[in-house]
Amino acid sequence: MIDGLNPALILVCGSLLALLAPQGRSRNLFMLALPVLGALQLWSLPYGEHARVEAFGLTLTTLRLDGLSFAFALVFHIAALLAVIYAWGLRDPVQQVAGLLYPGAAVGAVLAGDLVTLFLCWELAAVSSVFLIWARRTRRAYRAGLRYLLAQVASGLLLLAGVIIRFRATGSIAFGGLGLDSPGGGLIFVAFGIKAAFPLLHNWLQDAYPEATVTGAVVLSAFTTKMAVYALARGFAGTESLVAIGTLMAMFPIFYAVIENDLRRVLAYSMNNQLGFMVVGVGIGTPLALDGAVAHAFADILFKALLFMSMGAVLLRAGTVNGSELGGLYKSMPLTAGLCMVGAASISAFPLFSAFATKSLILEAAAREGHWIPFLFLLFASAGVFHHAGIKIPYFAFFAHDSGIRCEEAPRHMLVAMGLAAALCVGIGVFPGALYAILPYPVAFDPYTATHVITQLQLLAWSALAFALLVRTGVYPPELRSVNLDFDWFYRKPLLAAAAGAWGAALRAWEGFNRLLEGSVERLIAALALHHGQRGIMAATWPTTRMVLWAVLLLGACLIFYYL
Amino acid sequence: MTDPSPCADRPEKRYWLDEPRHVDKIFYGLVGVCVLLLLSDLAYRKHATFGFESWFGFFAWYGFICCVALVLLAKQMRKLVKRDEDYYGD
Repeated sequence: MIDGLNPALILVCGSLLALLAPQGRSRNLFMLALPVLGALQLWSLPYGEHARVEAFGLTLTTLRLDGLSFAFALVFHIAALLAVIYAWGLRDPVQQVAGLLYPGAAVGAVLAGDLVTLFLCWELAAVSSVFLIWARRTRRAYRAGLRYLLAQVASGLLLLAGVIIRFRATGSIAFGGLGLDSPGGGLIFVAFGIKAAFPLLHNWLQDAYPEATVTGAVVLSAFTTKMAVYALARGFAGTESLVAIGTLMAMFPIFYAVIENDLRRVLAYSMNNQLGFMVVGVGIGTPLALDGAVAHAFADILFKALLFMSMGAVLLRAGTVNGSELGGLYKSMPLTAGLCMVGAASISAFPLFSAFATKSLILEAAAREGHWIPFLFLLFASAGVFHHAGIKIPYFAFFAHDSGIRCEEAPRHMLVAMGLAAALCVGIGVFPGALYAILPYPVAFDPYTATHVITQLQLLAWSALAFALLVRTGVYPPELRSVNLDFDWFYRKPLLAAAAGAWGAALRAWEGFNRLLEGSVERLIAALALHHGQRGIMAATWPTTRMVLWAVLLLGACLIFYYL
Repeated sequence: MTDPSPCADRPEKRYWLDEPRHVDKIFYGLVGVCVLLLLSDLAYRKHATFGFESWFGFFAWYGFICCVALVLLAKQMRKLVKRDEDYYGD
């Protein structure tokens, strides 16, 4: 392939060129070729720093490849490819362009060797991705998209501020280990934290992703948050506070997921939960833990895409993803149901499925470092994720009580995309060595020990038993049409009310000012009218006869004066 | 069977899972699997990092208790956070 060419450019430029191809098979084939070519280019590049660009008086390293960036860039290409196949029947140019431009920006971000390039890609990803929400073309999606964009741009601005402070203090824009105590480090940490959906900064995710289009949610689920995990792993590996943050992230969303009705929102909460595991891995910061974070991000992109694809197919065919309205769909969509269950088994870390081989790296690292409290919480979160994503999603969509909905099976291209994702999930679970081989550090860990398999099966089986018992005894809370207040309440209600109040006050002040101004202007006009108006003494037209009279009188007066 | 399909005049296919006793079979199957997995703790030597991991059936009962606690707490949380579907009005 081409020496030194950034794979991100293939996706970014290609996404725009795709518009030139006629809509239909030729455009689809062109779009399919882009992530394939990008991945081949990525594969052909040797590790190291490749492209340097002089801009803004700085030297930007736009292409830096090492173990960490390679794994992320590779899985980003796979996710982009799956999304193109999934969206084969889509004829919306907005989603087609955004569906490749946004992955391109994300690839650019993980390959960025300096903070300025990172910032540019960070912003491009923010702006391009919002169109996947707006493409739903409803008022609700429009507003959710605006809130999403605000959060993303806020993250970008914090990153920029941090980079500027850092550059002024150190003269360096290199993107390596940053550390919280370094100049601008705190700001950059929060910028990454917004995109990684840290607790209290998380709500843009649950708010926006479920409002995206069928394809949009699949694409969105893959990139932004994992880009942030990459950035944290690069800049803040071994930051102790990340262990606590990640543990919290893994814990609290599972409670929301249990009572949430919109099944794509349940998946958004479970994303938060899985990100928590990765953040803990980054926080522990040992080679095993970092490998775990990267491997789990890799696996998560695939099984989360699979789950979002299956729920997207349900939304497309049944017209809703509300648990309260679904049920019994396995009769109409048996293949989608089966593929969804592969995704469910993968996220739940069943032996032979992907997360079993990836999440265990993080738990093992936590155990080796003696983090017993996070370990217990992560175990709780593991049981919880099986409960809400592993069981609840397939159960309420495809089984439970028969909703009477009879629809078609998902379109063939969606089944192909889901099938490929499912194959990768099982592939990683069965042959973890293949994934371990591309991780940043050598892995000396075997997930298939008797202890690990049996204890994991015990955890999962007894969690399933708890679910079954609670459902059979009627204790399990029913799916209800409702919305659950989360942190977004603060900015969607009181803050909005305060903003509306402030806006109202500003409007009133402006009106008062206008009235004052109008009053004085009116008085000025009245005074002018008095003297210069129609009847004003200064504005009256003077008849020529009177002029002549005055001239005669003046001349007469002159004459008299001369005579005297 | 008795309930006719809305779109065809022949009766809708009755699925294996439509039969409640089959659902019961799955449930009791799960109970059996759980008991076997619990007892398997007696049959091998567990490799544990923390002391609590080697307690008998720790992962089994920890998972069970966590899930029950999760659901009961989430149910209580609903009283606090549940609102009408159009609460935000968009």
